[in-house]
Amino acid sequence: MKERINKLAIRGLTKRYGSATALSHVDLDLADGEFLTMLGPSGSGKTTLLWAVAGLNQPDDGKIWIDGREATYLPASGRDIGMVFQNYALFPHMTVAENISFPLEMRKMLAGERLPAIRRALEMVKLEHVGDRYCNQLSGGQQQRIALARAFVANPSIVLMDEPLGALDKKLRDHLQLEIKRLHAQLGMTVLYVTHDQEEAMVMSDRICLMNRGRIEQIGAPDELYFRPKSLFAADFLGESNLISGRIIAEEAGCLVLELPGIGTIRSRRTSADVHGPEVVHFTRPESIEILSEAETRANQLRGQVTEVVVSGAITKLFMRVGETSTLQISQLTRGLQGVCKGELLTIGWDDDVGRVFFDDKREAA
Amino acid sequence: MARVDFVAGTAPPLRIWPTWNKLYWQTGPVAVFLLSLFVIPVVMLLGLSFLDDRSLPSLEHYQRLIEVPLYGKVLLTTIKVAFYTTLLCVVGAYPVAYLLSISRGSTRNWLIILVLMPFWTSFLVRAFAWIVLLGRKGAVNQILLAMGIVDAPLQLIYNFAGVMIGMTHALMPLAILTLLAVMEGIDPNLPKAAATMGAKGGTRFWRIYFPLTMPGVASAALLVFITSLGFFITPALLGGPHDTMIVQLIIFQIREVLNWQFAGAIGVLLVITFMAIFLVYDRIFGLSVIGGSAQQARVPAKRSSIRGWAVLAGNAITSVLANLTDAAIYALTILKQGEKNRGRRTRIGLYAACTFVLAFLALPTLFVLPVSFTSEAFLTWPPKLFSLQWYQLVLDSPVWLGAAARSFMVALVAATIAMLFAVPCAFALARDNFAAKPALFGLVVAPMIVPNIFIAVGLFFLFSRIGIAGTTFAVVLGHTVIVIPYIVITVLAVIKGYDRNLDYAAATMGASGMQTFHRVTFPLIRSGIIASFMFAFIISFDELTIALFVTGGRITTLPKLMYEDALLSVSPRLAAVASLLLVFMSIIIVVSELIRRKGGYRHGQN
Repeated sequence: MKERINKLAIRGLTKRYGSATALSHVDLDLADGEFLTMLGPSGSGKTTLLWAVAGLNQPDDGKIWIDGREATYLPASGRDIGMVFQNYALFPHMTVAENISFPLEMRKMLAGERLPAIRRALEMVKLEHVGDRYCNQLSGGQQQRIALARAFVANPSIVLMDEPLGALDKKLRDHLQLEIKRLHAQLGMTVLYVTHDQEEAMVMSDRICLMNRGRIEQIGAPDELYFRPKSLFAADFLGESNLISGRIIAEEAGCLVLELPGIGTIRSRRTSADVHGPEVVHFTRPESIEILSEAETRANQLRGQVTEVVVSGAITKLFMRVGETSTLQISQLTRGLQGVCKGELLTIGWDDDVGRVFFDDKREAA
Repeated sequence: MARVDFVAGTAPPLRIWPTWNKLYWQTGPVAVFLLSLFVIPVVMLLGLSFLDDRSLPSLEHYQRLIEVPLYGKVLLTTIKVAFYTTLLCVVGAYPVAYLLSISRGSTRNWLIILVLMPFWTSFLVRAFAWIVLLGRKGAVNQILLAMGIVDAPLQLIYNFAGVMIGMTHALMPLAILTLLAVMEGIDPNLPKAAATMGAKGGTRFWRIYFPLTMPGVASAALLVFITSLGFFITPALLGGPHDTMIVQLIIFQIREVLNWQFAGAIGVLLVITFMAIFLVYDRIFGLSVIGGSAQQARVPAKRSSIRGWAVLAGNAITSVLANLTDAAIYALTILKQGEKNRGRRTRIGLYAACTFVLAFLALPTLFVLPVSFTSEAFLTWPPKLFSLQWYQLVLDSPVWLGAAARSFMVALVAATIAMLFAVPCAFALARDNFAAKPALFGLVVAPMIVPNIFIAVGLFFLFSRIGIAGTTFAVVLGHTVIVIPYIVITVLAVIKGYDRNLDYAAATMGASGMQTFHRVTFPLIRSGIIASFMFAFIISFDELTIALFVTGGRITTLPKLMYEDALLSVSPRLAAVASLLLVFMSIIIVVSELIRRKGGYRHGQN
């Protein structure tokens, strides 16, 4: 561990439901003031992990420290946390102000100090005027903000958020993402956030923890995960990708030479030495592939035919047939692609350091 | 709600029947039926109280009510009994309803059956079971004597305690089901959210969970209280002379003294008591809580000043209780931090409480089975086994068989007629909007709220006038009146749970209105309809009050015969009848429960 005390430290956390393993030996550290998002498909264990940190379920094995204090089996009420639930869990029998007051009362704050704290919290979420209302009289977005205010008002060690924007429409969600980021910066909160929306994770997080089948698949800054995924799952889950199966036929000068059936051979620089077995998948991001003029050359070059042109605003996606059966996707700024049309033959290429090679566990298993 | 019109050409079709005619056809018959056989008789009965012997306006009966201290005393006893019954029922029902609300799958189904079985077991059988269990020669006393704990049998029934045991047993399932409806609407994340904010167990319960269940507590309490006020079977069979309830006075006035007017006056007294209680309730809780779910309770009620004070007082009390409970839990656990299975101890407490209550509800009835096989001539514990003589006696008796056959037929016919009236009405209530809808709804559920004794006496009076009192037909009519509300409510729930888009989908595929109903709607609601028919059948088969009066002593139904037999003597023969009834009813309940579950397509069950 580092010298600075981590707000949260998790070691070897394991949780089973009957015969199903929801979490398997998870280690995680959360620095003071950090915004860490747990991202993954449903059933990947991210919510189980969050609830274990909150003290709402009991792990079968492993330990949790909050603020340097062991909290593995501490009841939720003793953990000094704030939590935003997916459906907000606002108390329907209390007014907005009473809701926000509740965590303060539980921490035995005097009434005289509570009122200004509640007012400040309401100001922070820009809802000063709703204190006397009941939560069911507020819109979804407003309820969400009240849930936020209730989570941070008592200045907890960690704020936990369990898919807090899942129930809102896209526009409101985009807006509240930035709002939560602003609060995070303004209050210096330490946030552990759960979502299955990768875009949300990218926008908000300092680091993303990608979960899969109860394990941490990869953990790192958003751009690291995006451009340097460590596994096929990570590459496939985040963003769009071109995945082509092939086999390693040689290795020369730090580069793997792959044969892609029906396409030919390509070269990809060897990265972390975790490629075993000849059966592999080659990965590129659609925006890493360039359209080449006659004068340009790249380490890997292919000829292909445009099968579809999709303009989605600033970005245009080209779908190209290369070889006999493979299709590649290329994303470029729409501005640079004017004039390209369906059926055209183009030369495309990429350098040997933009792609990745992954062991194909699915094919191996089959 | 959107309307689908099938338009043959470009011009709107000619309507021979304007749409509102369909509504008349759906709601008219039930309205006329209930007006003439429910509203008019009850109003007539209460109106009688303002007449003297020569049918001239007079207040002499009310004078007598006030001047004779007996009536005031009986009213007080009635209120006292109702109050303690309510208290015991709600306190006992709360943990069971909570356990039900957090159980899932087959555990839940079994628990539900455990609660429903006593709910549907005849009041008579249950009262009888308590006699077997708690009488001087009953099981409890025999065991206590054998163990040498007491020297002489204890007086466990035919006193206030007996009434309490019997009434709590009779009404607790009602409280459980009412509480359950509200508890299921509570978001299970709320107490968890409170925990993340630092609330300990006691605080979570008293400041979050309990206030959210308040609408359920309030409506369960009101339902039990109101029902208790109109009770007479249990106090008559298990109480002593000091535990006479007000309805028993009405029965006495009619059956023994034939003083209709004075019976009416006592009825008015009961009605006034009802109204006063409703008024107080409305002031404290708001009547919107009745039949309300947690969802509705989220709409903050307009605060009257009394309710404002009640809310303040309630908050203060729950805060104190929260702190006390937290302190108690703290003291009990003496901080075993890091302990793995915390919370298991409170679970054990919950399970223990629920086991006790469920045993109290389910077990006593079973005691009638062994005593029915006794070879002796009277009830003893333990019974001397084994003999079928009492079953033989019952099955050889034309009186018992005739009564059973009549009850069966009455129930079948009454439930059928009531279905014909109630189902179309339920469709209208669920799917149409019309000005008279609230009034119609009030009319069709009223026979469930008004104590049966009013309907019974009113109908007896009416039937005597038109000369059909004492006929099987009269019993059928009376039972039809009282089962209509149950059918309307259960069928309404079925229709409301039906996704109408399925009908629209069928229409887009070219199905006509009739085809849609026949091929899509009805198959989906069929099991709900059948279950509600069986519901109605059980209520009628088991009904005593109406039968007691409108039969006029000339014919008899099974419950009536059992009641009169039990008043005279408690014999093994009655145990045999009760056992047969118990088995018969259980089969019906299990079958209807199975049918209901089979129909649960919506919930993805099989």
